[in-house]
Amino acid sequence: MAGTPYNEIYLGNGDCRAHYARYAEWLASQPPDRLAQKRAEADIMFHRVGITFAVYGQEEGAERLIPFDIVPRMLPGDEWLRLETGLKQRVSALNAFIHDIYHDQEILQAGVIPAEQVMCNSQYRPEMQGVDVPGGIYAHIAGIDIVRDDAGEFRVLEDNLRVPSGVSYMLENRKMMMRLFPELFSEYRIAPVDHYPDVLLDNLRSVAPIGVADPTVVLLTAGAHNSAYFEHAFLAQQMGIELVEGQDLFVRDEAVFMRTTQGPRRVDVIYRRIDDDFLDPLVFRPDSMLGVPGLLAAYRAGRVTIANAIGTGVADDKSIYPYVPDMIRFYLGQAPIIGNVHTWVLRRKDDQDYVLAHLEDLVVKEVHGAGGYGMLIGPAATKAEIAAFRQQIIATPERYIAQPTLALSTCPTFGDRGITPRHIDLRPFVLSGREVTIVPGGLTRVALREGSLVVNSSQGGGTKDTWVLED
Amino acid sequence: MLSRTADHLYWMSRYIERAENLARLVDAHYRMSLLPHSPEKLANSLGATMRALQLEVDYSKAHAAIEPRAVFEFLTLDRGHPGSIVSCLRSARENARAVRGSLTSELWVTLNSTWLDSRAFGARGARSADVGQFVEWVKERSHLTRGVSIGTMLRDEAFYFSRIGTFLERADNTNRILVAHQSDLVPGASIVPDPYEWTVLLRALSAFEIYRRVYRDVITPMKVAELLILRDDMPRSLLRCCKEVHQNLKSVKNEQSAETERRAGEMHATLYFTRMEDIVGGGLPQFLASFLTRLRDLGDRIATDFLVPAAEA
Repeated sequence: MAGTPYNEIYLGNGDCRAHYARYAEWLASQPPDRLAQKRAEADIMFHRVGITFAVYGQEEGAERLIPFDIVPRMLPGDEWLRLETGLKQRVSALNAFIHDIYHDQEILQAGVIPAEQVMCNSQYRPEMQGVDVPGGIYAHIAGIDIVRDDAGEFRVLEDNLRVPSGVSYMLENRKMMMRLFPELFSEYRIAPVDHYPDVLLDNLRSVAPIGVADPTVVLLTAGAHNSAYFEHAFLAQQMGIELVEGQDLFVRDEAVFMRTTQGPRRVDVIYRRIDDDFLDPLVFRPDSMLGVPGLLAAYRAGRVTIANAIGTGVADDKSIYPYVPDMIRFYLGQAPIIGNVHTWVLRRKDDQDYVLAHLEDLVVKEVHGAGGYGMLIGPAATKAEIAAFRQQIIATPERYIAQPTLALSTCPTFGDRGITPRHIDLRPFVLSGREVTIVPGGLTRVALREGSLVVNSSQGGGTKDTWVLED
Repeated sequence: MLSRTADHLYWMSRYIERAENLARLVDAHYRMSLLPHSPEKLANSLGATMRALQLEVDYSKAHAAIEPRAVFEFLTLDRGHPGSIVSCLRSARENARAVRGSLTSELWVTLNSTWLDSRAFGARGARSADVGQFVEWVKERSHLTRGVSIGTMLRDEAFYFSRIGTFLERADNTNRILVAHQSDLVPGASIVPDPYEWTVLLRALSAFEIYRRVYRDVITPMKVAELLILRDDMPRSLLRCCKEVHQNLKSVKNEQSAETERRAGEMHATLYFTRMEDIVGGGLPQFLASFLTRLRDLGDRIATDFLVPAAEA
């Protein structure tokens, strides 16, 4: 069973943690009306600026806000430094792993990871075998989901190496906090995040095909009806690059061009925000209208860089996740700085026996599930749900992993009933190119329902500004 | 710039301009409806306007006859067809949203707020007392949008395509309003029109005060027509709009657009070297019909040259 959650503000004896002390004092001095009024102001601003996500299958123009919480999440400088080092280490190993998998497969030959786990994975792309990509970088943009366990230790819950989203909320939340509570920014020394688009653009330019002196970078979106469209438009604008759809691009002589008012113009780097399956109808899903016919051929010929690379999903799959600490040891010869959450792999007989005996205490996840779907949260499930999952696990154990029910740490959150503790996680964004860089902080997601551990925005999650404090 | 982006910018501007023009038309007729004169005249003017706007088919689906309040509702807050002001504001916003990265933040927020607030107007339901207030608000939002775009946008293709959309739409609109009133504009028209009708026509084009300033005279058909067709200093005249379209087209020229540019220049030159007597001699209705065709042709050519990507390059 889960222990008592780590409280981000208060110590066991009721005292405030040192880095939150000034904030707690400030908070206590605020009339309750002011906070409610500030929250309403934030909602209006988010609507005006159109920081919304489209809701599928609803009336046109049905766009929702991701709830924004006005209480920031703070990380002291020393905690962040450790996290940053650990994240760089982890993402470096993951990139080395993907390169290895699509080249010599040393890690499989060494027996560190069972070969069929990788080669039979639906996210493994045989088309990428033997393809060299600039700098050997595959996951140029990684979103690593971090939680804090009841002992206060940071752990990685999930690696997102395909098209991680959420960074626009990190940036907009900060802008909103500075607008709503400028006084707090003179009280605290908070590491800035606004330079993220510059770092991202520099990173994307650094992985252009060899020999391209002044690369043209574009952002490929599925279009205005995609739920993350705001973020796509926002990042393209902030970087000053074209926001393109598949129909704007075409391939000629294994080179990619965009259709402009001045005729075709060459494209060198594609920051794509659509999944592998939709990138090229000639190779992947033939019914995809979102992609560009011939793109894979141009990519394999080294005429264009795609970020993230095709085939990164093989490294962020939940069935591969348990092996990431082993990758760090294998490729870097180092001990992992941030650990995993303990994970039972149900294809292993011992693990399966244990899990089936403790289903009511554990979280069971489908290895290909995402967004908080396809999972069983044992302590919150009914007997019937548990029985159903038991059947599925016995039938297809390789489709599942299990983890202890995590007592995600809590942070005060402002709601209709005032300030109450709610569970949070953290998604920092790790950029890999010429070097590995991380803008301090990330996106803090918060489960707004009392007791809920699900922070996904599709299931009632909200976001907070994340403050990395400079000493 | 991406062809698709240019296309969205062009339509964004057309829709905002169209919303403003509709607001002027409604405003002019709404004022007329408050004056004590024959209901037939108002209905006739509204009927001619609906025909010129090519909205009478959609209107007749739900309404048996031209009835001022129903027409006002239809042109302002009716979301059931694409020709109303709220539908135009929504289309402008949807086009802007598709290319929000190419707009300045201020311009995007202006367009988005306009759309959000227009929905609030719609929710309250249209009462006749609100009509004047609503169209006043629409004009203000259009002025604001134009000001923000002129004041904040980089002078690059994005700006020029947006300007082309604005002036092509404005020319189209002026032409249609002239068509709606063409029978009154012929010298010696059998029935001398009510001076209030001139007021409607001029107000619908924001030309009432300008007429007074330019001519310092009573309102006569030939002068009205001259002001709205041939005056270079009248911002909504056909001549002025064609001049702006031509100039902006020059700024975005590409390898295949020479003929389009030539035609825009030709339209400008035709107006520049034409006298009112020549137009009336050949028949004003014929002139207006032929000009509307040329405007449509220009729009099609701009789409082919710049906005709609060739099937495969």
